[in-house]
Amino acid sequence: MSLATISGHEVHVDDEGFMTEYDEWNEGLGRQLAVNIGIDLTERHLEAIRFLRDDYETQGETATLRRVSTLGGIPTKELFELFPKKPAKKMSYIAGLPKPAGCV
Amino acid sequence: MTLTMEAPVPVFDDEATDRKLAIICSKGSLDMAYPGLVLANAALGEGIETHLFFTFWGFDIINKETMGHLHFTPVGNPATHMSPMLMGLPGMTAFATHMMKKQIEGIDVPDVPEFLELITDAGGHLWACRMSADMMHLTDADLYERVEGIISAADFIELSDGAQTIFI
Repeated sequence: MSLATISGHEVHVDDEGFMTEYDEWNEGLGRQLAVNIGIDLTERHLEAIRFLRDDYETQGETATLRRVSTLGGIPTKELFELFPKKPAKKMSYIAGLPKPAGCV
Repeated sequence: MTLTMEAPVPVFDDEATDRKLAIICSKGSLDMAYPGLVLANAALGEGIETHLFFTFWGFDIINKETMGHLHFTPVGNPATHMSPMLMGLPGMTAFATHMMKKQIEGIDVPDVPEFLELITDAGGHLWACRMSADMMHLTDADLYERVEGIISAADFIELSDGAQTIFI
């Protein structure tokens, strides 16, 4: 974990560039993180990101895709369209959270 | 004063995404169905093209009649850490199946039908084995509707070209 800048803001990130401090994130940073990986955030993307943030706050771990679809109400198919190929990792990166640890 | 660096950006669309995976599911017990389903789902989440080929007892996983009622039998299974004599008692399979299903549900993992739905929603491909279908006198109509087709062994060899193959 080290200090780095994302669009001029100093934040803590891990070796890959995932933010490590929950409270350092805001939606502006999320937008920049999304741009970094080629995603233009729409309101629907943000619904998923906000669910992930809120869920992390209560659960203490990043929600898996299945959790985002069953509890967050965004179907799996759509998640793969919004965050192509690696939705779980891309969502957690944009949301400033660790990658999900669960298997399913 | 030190100057902080721009944060690194993870590489998501790397070459690993061109990987392809073929999983042969040949067993139809509850404990042998899950490994293939879990691996397929994980691979899809990594952007890997994934094919599941169901053959022999693996057919129970995609047969509409049986897919929701797979069993776990503790007989002859050393992993239960219990007396083999006890494991053979009447009702033990039903009991062990019930326990395993509860444990699976307890960690928020879907049952078999829902798992197949999840896998196909994520872009996974389901295939049924021609010889098994013929042996068991089953047709497309008997199989889970998201199975893409009943194909021969040669078809499977063709479609798994370049894939890493796992036999379960």
